[in-house]
Amino acid sequence: MTRLYPHPWLSVLLFLTWFGLVNQLKIGTAVMALILATAIPLLTAQWWPNRPRIRAPLALARYVLLVLWDILVANVQVAKIILFLPNDQIQSRWIVVPIDLTSPEAITLLAGTITMTPGTLTADMSADGTVLLIHSLHAPDPDAIRDDIKARYESRLKRIFA
Amino acid sequence: MMILDVILSALLVIGGLFGLLGSFGLLKLRDTMQRLHAPTKATTVGVGSALVVSMLYALAQGRVSWHELLITLFLLLTAPITGNLLAKAHMHSRMRKDDLPPTGVTDDWATFDKDGPSHLLPDLDAPKS
Repeated sequence: MTRLYPHPWLSVLLFLTWFGLVNQLKIGTAVMALILATAIPLLTAQWWPNRPRIRAPLALARYVLLVLWDILVANVQVAKIILFLPNDQIQSRWIVVPIDLTSPEAITLLAGTITMTPGTLTADMSADGTVLLIHSLHAPDPDAIRDDIKARYESRLKRIFA
Repeated sequence: MMILDVILSALLVIGGLFGLLGSFGLLKLRDTMQRLHAPTKATTVGVGSALVVSMLYALAQGRVSWHELLITLFLLLTAPITGNLLAKAHMHSRMRKDDLPPTGVTDDWATFDKDGPSHLLPDLDAPKS
């Protein structure tokens, strides 16, 4: 079973994605979805040897909701900056955030979260993967943004990924 | 039906406004790194609200549509990677190492570090056996 489905969650995701793309509940769709859900993980397993270990799937769902809410709030904040703050008062800064996460999946998720919440953008990472370089549109207090990222997102991701 | 129409229209207008704001930000902001922040806005709230409207409208007519969920998923997957690649391309072509703050660790930022991760390098100081 493990050999046929090296990434069970990826297979489930592919199965559901195919149904979503076709948008019809038919037997033929299920057969095609099953073929894709089996073939794609098998063909790509070579480049993806390790499985991400998710300890708390429920916490992951809560994390997604939290990020969606933050995206909404942050959008309004950035809209205010663009509309009402004169250009010479916008203080754009680089922020250096040391990270404790080690799983590549968790770091990718953290970097994506930082980019998707408007106002911050992940620009680069140190070559050994322990520090993230973040660009902030308007940061009067860069340390507060760094601490916020660590407390709000990283600590949660640390609990989700083993 | 009337109330739903009003809500959906309002959502569409809000989404449109955020799209407009993203484009305005592109014009107004001064440098490339600042302008990179604008596209993340247009994709999130702008496109997001249009997708919510599309889904609710289909539901109100008795159809279930999953395409919007997939579009959201693909947007959330691709937008951060696009932003990251644009930032890295900008750093490669227009910036020097000194323009960035130091990493605080042995290794440099990946864009400027030509040797790769230090723990994979051979230790030149180690005594030869």
